[in-house]
Amino acid sequence: MSSYRLPKGGRVDRAKPLDFTFDGKPMQGFAGDTLASALLANGRQLVGRSFKYHRPRGILTAGAAEPNALVTIGEGGRTEANTRATLVELYRGLTAKSQNRWPSVDFDLGAVNSLLSPFLGAGFYYKTFMWPAAFWEKVYEPIIRKAAGLGRATYQPDPDSYEKCWAHCDLLVIGAGSAGLAAALTAGRAGTRVILADEGFEPGGSLLSETAPVGGKPTADLLANIVAELTDMPNVRIFSRTTAFGWYDGNVFGAVESVQKNTATVNPNQPVERIWRIAAKQAILASGAEERPLVFGGNDIPGVMMAGAMRSYLNRQAIAPGKSTVIFTNDASGYATAADLEAVGLNIAAIVDSRQDAARTWSGKARILAGAVVVDANGGKSLKGVTVLNSGRTETIEADALGMSGGWSPIIHLACHRGAKPVWSDDKAAFLAPEKQEGLTIAGAAAGIGSVEACLADGAGKAVAALQSLGFSNATTAFAAKADTATVSKPLWRIHGSKGKAFVDYQNDVHLKDLGLAVSEGYGHVELAKRYTTNGMATDQGKLSNINAIGILAEARKVSPADVGTTTFRPFYTPLSFGALTGASKGKHFQPVRKSPLHDWAKKNGAVFVETGLWYRSSWFPKSGETTWRESVDREVLNIRKNAGICDVSTLGKIEIFGKDAAEFLNRVYCNAFLKLPVGKARYGLMLREDGMIYDDGTTSRLGETHFFMTTTTAYAAGVMNHLEFCAQALWPDLDVQFSSSTDQWAQIAVAGPKSRLILQTLVDEDISDAAFPFLGAKEVSLCGGKLTGRLFRISFSGELAYELAVPAGYGEAIADAIMEAGKPHGICPYGVEALGVMRIEKGHVTHSEINGTVIPSDLGFAKMVSTTKPDFIGKAMLSREGMTADDRLSLVGVKPLDPSTTFKTGSHILADGATPSLDNDQGYVSSSCYSPNLGSTIGLALVKHGPKRHGEHVTVWNDLKNEYTKAVLCSPVFFDPENGKLHG
Amino acid sequence: MASLIACPHCGPRPKEEFTVRGDAGITRPAPDAGEDAWHAYVYLRDNPRGRHKEHWHHTSGCRRWLVVERDTMTHAVYTVTDASAPGETA
Repeated sequence: MSSYRLPKGGRVDRAKPLDFTFDGKPMQGFAGDTLASALLANGRQLVGRSFKYHRPRGILTAGAAEPNALVTIGEGGRTEANTRATLVELYRGLTAKSQNRWPSVDFDLGAVNSLLSPFLGAGFYYKTFMWPAAFWEKVYEPIIRKAAGLGRATYQPDPDSYEKCWAHCDLLVIGAGSAGLAAALTAGRAGTRVILADEGFEPGGSLLSETAPVGGKPTADLLANIVAELTDMPNVRIFSRTTAFGWYDGNVFGAVESVQKNTATVNPNQPVERIWRIAAKQAILASGAEERPLVFGGNDIPGVMMAGAMRSYLNRQAIAPGKSTVIFTNDASGYATAADLEAVGLNIAAIVDSRQDAARTWSGKARILAGAVVVDANGGKSLKGVTVLNSGRTETIEADALGMSGGWSPIIHLACHRGAKPVWSDDKAAFLAPEKQEGLTIAGAAAGIGSVEACLADGAGKAVAALQSLGFSNATTAFAAKADTATVSKPLWRIHGSKGKAFVDYQNDVHLKDLGLAVSEGYGHVELAKRYTTNGMATDQGKLSNINAIGILAEARKVSPADVGTTTFRPFYTPLSFGALTGASKGKHFQPVRKSPLHDWAKKNGAVFVETGLWYRSSWFPKSGETTWRESVDREVLNIRKNAGICDVSTLGKIEIFGKDAAEFLNRVYCNAFLKLPVGKARYGLMLREDGMIYDDGTTSRLGETHFFMTTTTAYAAGVMNHLEFCAQALWPDLDVQFSSSTDQWAQIAVAGPKSRLILQTLVDEDISDAAFPFLGAKEVSLCGGKLTGRLFRISFSGELAYELAVPAGYGEAIADAIMEAGKPHGICPYGVEALGVMRIEKGHVTHSEINGTVIPSDLGFAKMVSTTKPDFIGKAMLSREGMTADDRLSLVGVKPLDPSTTFKTGSHILADGATPSLDNDQGYVSSSCYSPNLGSTIGLALVKHGPKRHGEHVTVWNDLKNEYTKAVLCSPVFFDPENGKLHG
Repeated sequence: MASLIACPHCGPRPKEEFTVRGDAGITRPAPDAGEDAWHAYVYLRDNPRGRHKEHWHHTSGCRRWLVVERDTMTHAVYTVTDASAPGETA
């Protein structure tokens, strides 16, 4: 026989039947069922195979600690493996599959592993690794990989969305059982902001399966009244289906809310799961207690269940565990289950109580075997009976269900997430966490309290204390103080004399003998035993098994559990889905996309974009008929040098700098002089790090006596801003200077080429002739007959006569269109960063390819820019260090192949002509290279020892990765127009 | 790491809004302070167990540089002050 649904009773809604499937077989449950209870209602006790030995396994618990009933839920991209059936709220259309079995859960070939078990004991992996490696790789690993395992993840993308949010409250109550509800009610009545988080789909915790009256009233009524009152309070938020999984610094708790995991029809506008970060001024941990399994032979046979779980399924979902049940207990709670089973007319074959002085108060029908133990449960895929050892005699009792209770362990995980160590209490026969830590109080069963009434009183009292610490003196307890009437029994860590395997860690298949082996082989320390046996290392993190393992180790070592201690509790309390952890940060939301105000302009002109950091920059603008990027780039470069080109440079960092000390400030952050920069002028500036290396470069213009406009490189825009703020706020707060980043506020357009002035003059109202607006001019200008004001800079990266025009971002596209229109008769073309790169290499202008964190100004030929008269600037002191002045530093030089038909790549190294290729003979490297259509050859910039002194020297450019050698000559880094005639044209 | 930093300008804010620079216990030497002083300022950092003052930037907030005194072991935050406050300048 097996489990079944009773014709009446329970909290399920029989008017709402829900169809679902298990391993393809249609089944039906009711609203109010979990998947586990629905399976039990359908007589399905065997739901999975164990990890290592593939033993048949059934549902053991009714909660988060479930080690056996791990199933795969959902189909396709919604497949979710290793889900605990005990926590899955049943819904219409749910599909569940068993795991770790082949071909089926009822007939599993992997069960042959049980026969191999002598070879699969504790430390097996460690020992096997010591065998010849080939033996491991070829024989054992493939077998183990195939045989062991959990559910399989899907390769399909998850179609659902997830989110993360913050919540704030005065009091967070974790757990909506008796203590938690009392705490929330107390705090709610005091008018404080309360969040009550509970993992269940219905608040109540163990009250939901409690039948004994509280204060003379039915528990169900009490629960309904509390929940109704809390629901009506606007200052109380009840987070159902929400598991608090971690306690973090600053009294912030992590919690995961299942929003749409209880439906097959997901609303795409809502997340399926939500991670909460709850910032709580105070918190009460009322997470309850976990019942301890008993360690006897065959304690994993389907039909064996925790007594408390049996009671929960009976009272919540009207599940009869079987026709004839044996209760094996060393604790009062076994009797509560027995009483409830008898109350609905079910047969209790026997109550086996390990205590000699058992149950003086039992008034039920069942016979009690005091001082007796179940040594073995018998059966295969389902329980057939138990073998009881009673006063030296063994007796076999037929039964199809066995409820076991080894006492209770407080659930203290969260209280130990920030370093507190659990302490063994002989009184409570359990590990307890410190009851009060800053910001967190433990209440109810989690604090070792047994009776319901005492838990209610404890929760209420601790809420008052927590609120008083926050200054709320008006709180009064919702329940009066009550002494705990529960008694605690001596723990029964293991049963002696079992024939079958007695499991300690069900999920990792660790049994009693494994722990014994660990102790006898010298791995008795709790942390060593854990790793040697893998006890507590499964996805349930030892919620059921750790305490028994500690007790068994203590017995074997003949010490107290206090001396064994616990392993460390770490977040998360229960497994989190990757979806929830990822939140909204996936797909296009994985990172922001930055688009220039001229992005659409570039797009309509046919730009090919390149990602540079978060930015999308136009790379080149192919014309029809062009088949390679080089064709387009060569054409763009030649056209700019002959006519004109227009380029989007809006991504450069732009910083407005104001203040009467702005000039002095710039003078300190740049290595060159800025104090006397005239209004209306731009200057190239080099910014150093404090260690003397170049940090960034760019032009800064003085737009007014106390107003500067700085540009930075695209990549370092944010870094430079942070740096300037640090200097102004932390180093020199006495300086009157303020900044504002305006990168996104301006569309900035470079117009370069001999015809650039001609073109721009048609838009700019002021005279921009060379006399009126010479090189390095910078000023505000009127555009298009006064329709718009912009900023015009006569600066050049290309070496051509060139300007940069900045207009408010929203006008960017219109102005770019106007420039294109005006430039049409002059042959203007749009160009991208590739052509920009070619032209700057032709001119020997550096970028971050050269400014790579290892170069100082003199390495790049900027020695004369470094001020010798300024008293101080960032980087000054360290520039004079030994090594910075060494004459064999890698320094900037041009390099080109001797034969223009040959080429080399950036990153290649420079060898003296004829030198053997080796790191010892390495002379430097090519930092930038390109094909120059103006020179008809590859050209490069290189950082080479004694570089500037070696112009004309023949070298070999060596690319060891491709085994390429190119004969080349070192030269001036300025390949094109060295007299700068075009620049000033 | 603390979950929340109490910015003196913005109130308690999540740590993700901030960036840490490091030791705030060092002071930028005078330009002529000599090689040893500059070497110490640029390269040498204490890594204490316990109380430690650090520069934190409220990058995604008010953009002020702050001095956060925290415990490197317990992660408790003791004080948060503006880096320009008297006695805090680097």
